Amino acid sequence: MNDLLPSQMRKFRYIEDVFRKTCLKWGYEEIRTPVLEYLHLFTATGTLTPDMLSKVYSFLDWDGWSGERVVLRPDGTIPTARLFVQELKDQNLARLFYVENIFSFQAKERERWQCGVEFIGGSSPLADAELISLALEVLNGLGLKAEVRIGHIGLVKSLLSYMGIEEALDKVLIGDLKPLSSIEPELRRTFSLLFELKGYSPGFLKNFQSLLPTPLRPSLDDFLRIVELLTSLGYEYRIDMALGRGFEYYTGVVFQFFFGEEKIGGGGRYDDLIHLLSGKKMPASGFALYIEKLIKHVKDLPPKHSILILPEDRVKEAFSLAQKLRQEGYIVEIGESSILPTFTIKLKGEEIFLFNREGKTKCLTSFSQLLQALEEWGVDKISSA
Amino acid sequence: MLIKLALPKGRLLNPTAHRLKVLGLKGYSEGTRSYRLSSSLPSLFAKVFQEKDIPIQVSIGNYDLGICGSEWVEELLAKYPQSPIIKVKDLGYGCGGLYLATSLLSPFSSLEEIKDFTQPLRLASEFPNLTESVALKLRLRRFKIFPLWGAAEVYPPEDAELVLISCPSPSWLKKRGLKPLSCLFPTSACLIANRTSWERKDLAEVLSFLSTELQIKEDSFVEDEEVKPSFQSEEIRLALPDGHQQPYTVEFLKSIGLNIEDYARGDRRPSLGLEGVAVKVIRPQDMPLQVACGNFDLAITGKDWFLDHLSLFPTSPIEEVLNLGYGQVRIVAVVSQDLPVNNIKELRELLQSKNISYLRIASEYVNIADKYARDTHLSPYKLIPTWGASEAFLPEDADLLIENTKTGQTLAEHNLKIIDTLFESSACLIASKSSLHKKGEKIERVIRLLSRGLR
Repeated sequence: MNDLLPSQMRKFRYIEDVFRKTCLKWGYEEIRTPVLEYLHLFTATGTLTPDMLSKVYSFLDWDGWSGERVVLRPDGTIPTARLFVQELKDQNLARLFYVENIFSFQAKERERWQCGVEFIGGSSPLADAELISLALEVLNGLGLKAEVRIGHIGLVKSLLSYMGIEEALDKVLIGDLKPLSSIEPELRRTFSLLFELKGYSPGFLKNFQSLLPTPLRPSLDDFLRIVELLTSLGYEYRIDMALGRGFEYYTGVVFQFFFGEEKIGGGGRYDDLIHLLSGKKMPASGFALYIEKLIKHVKDLPPKHSILILPEDRVKEAFSLAQKLRQEGYIVEIGESSILPTFTIKLKGEEIFLFNREGKTKCLTSFSQLLQALEEWGVDKISSA
Repeated sequence: MLIKLALPKGRLLNPTAHRLKVLGLKGYSEGTRSYRLSSSLPSLFAKVFQEKDIPIQVSIGNYDLGICGSEWVEELLAKYPQSPIIKVKDLGYGCGGLYLATSLLSPFSSLEEIKDFTQPLRLASEFPNLTESVALKLRLRRFKIFPLWGAAEVYPPEDAELVLISCPSPSWLKKRGLKPLSCLFPTSACLIANRTSWERKDLAEVLSFLSTELQIKEDSFVEDEEVKPSFQSEEIRLALPDGHQQPYTVEFLKSIGLNIEDYARGDRRPSLGLEGVAVKVIRPQDMPLQVACGNFDLAITGKDWFLDHLSLFPTSPIEEVLNLGYGQVRIVAVVSQDLPVNNIKELRELLQSKNISYLRIASEYVNIADKYARDTHLSPYKLIPTWGASEAFLPEDADLLIENTKTGQTLAEHNLKIIDTLFESSACLIASKSSLHKKGEKIERVIRLLSRGLR
């Protein structure tokens, strides 16, 4: 359980601010789901993997005499889908975003914060390209040049299904290709190459398409359309077929964002989830950026300048002056400061003495003079949101 | 160096005692009231526990070795896989299996069919951790788990779709109107050890019994039982207790003129000769939850179990309708005579003075004990659940007991003293608020009838 200290919270709010403003500009609306959800939202096949399900924090609530268990949400996408199905079902489209914490048993980070985006009702490839663009715009806005890695779970499932070994999905995604040992050698070689090699253009997929048996070729089309669109929009990416672990709800493209070798976000298409929760068939896709990871890589934000007023025996005037300065947008502390104050004010007779940390002094006789001096010395202000 | 061994009561007692002859244990036999056993080995300290308690006692290190059914070890490990228990040996007796079973009248005949079921499935079991593990592995969509103190076999089909039950064989299930859908694993008596004890202590003297070759006679199970038809929904569903409360309840019902022959004989679906009332015999500890979730309209249980349930679920929709007056006991806080405290305040002060690092509280009434410890600020504390005979825990295995007592005599016999009384308990009739509302007139009739027995 990790605390977020002031220096980290400054970055948290900065990241959140850039994220929210970007989402709002793309027409997305903010939601928030409750931390406690019913366990049964996450138990069906097609939601969480058994591994993730085994690490969920679940317990009997105070009204658990009915036998229903609740959980601390382990994921943001499934609750958002539930919210859509319960509250927004008459819409045929919803662009939603959230900043939420999720919980699962990990040795170090049991609680993690996410900036999540879900585009419900949008179809591949346009919606997928929109989401990747949106994510990159947020990351660029934070000064982070991220690498996009992209895979396609639907394609992998089709290939495994054609070979009659669908159950091998989990193994294959972690690089264990033993289940393929019973497959005809040439097909097996094509498949291994597809997993081992990484591609950087639609050409990579087209090359593989030509190696596959004819009935399998159409299964690459969806993926091909997406990477072609990304290329035409000028985006760079790395095709990596081994992406897609952790969630059983992905049905199509999956993508992840990397900063160096660190994964800072990820998402994908989940066209069956809304149907699973409500019966209504609706395409959907989304992603989340991991705030704790972003905090690590975003540059430090030093605290803003603060002004310390030493009241001595002029307490009433000190409070009144502080209020006026705060109205102008300055950060003002009275009496004691937790950090070395950047600027200090003392009141003597009719005069206001302003000191900076180096010891330079200005003697002022009016509030407007004080404002001018603060302006001259470049003292930070907080702008109202 | 003392070697501590935890031995089972109940069905494993006789075969275990037979096996352990070489240890020269005195007092380890059916019907014995002594919990601490003496033996010809001076280094051996043996105590008798409910089977369910043994993996917990070995895991927390109170005991070096234990003998119990393997299903209880798996139940602990299902929730706490890191428990420091080593399964040393399968002892080869008390064999059976842990079965996922359903009623013979149920529509399911395979695991596949359960998985596709979209309605909430009620699973009842004495093994709630294993049950949860199974439910999640099967990817059951909606399920509710009802933990039980016993009698899982009587719940299907009306009160549970599935049970996870330990029994000697599939034919045992069949005789009780159940069919197995899957055998999770075979079970048998096993020897377990605390990991640290195994790694560091010389237990060879006690383990000597393993080398003896003895023929063990397995008890055969006889009862034949018919599968009765399901409850009609307009009927009033009444639950009656088995075990300790049974004889008193038999007398009570006899005094109001009901036919108690079936019930007294041990039939779990007895007829009371009362029209419009269907009866099941289950464990009184399970009744408040079963009434709360709607499986039963009325139940005769103890006020202690009623309050234990409400301590865990304060908004539960059950209420006490009649105080039946018999089976009176006091629920008390108990410590060893040797502990220098006379009341809770002094216990709290002793705890705060850091003479004991944390208070070990043992009780069958886990929720009452938890709430009591919180309310009286006995912090830090750890709760040790037990399934009976908690007097045996003090002073070695716990510091404080929340226990029931009639005369206080048993406690005195075990060198224990009472330092607080929590409340008085007796048999009571409980009902669910929604049943009282929906079946008003019919329930009132039954309640009026039962109140004729009050003195």
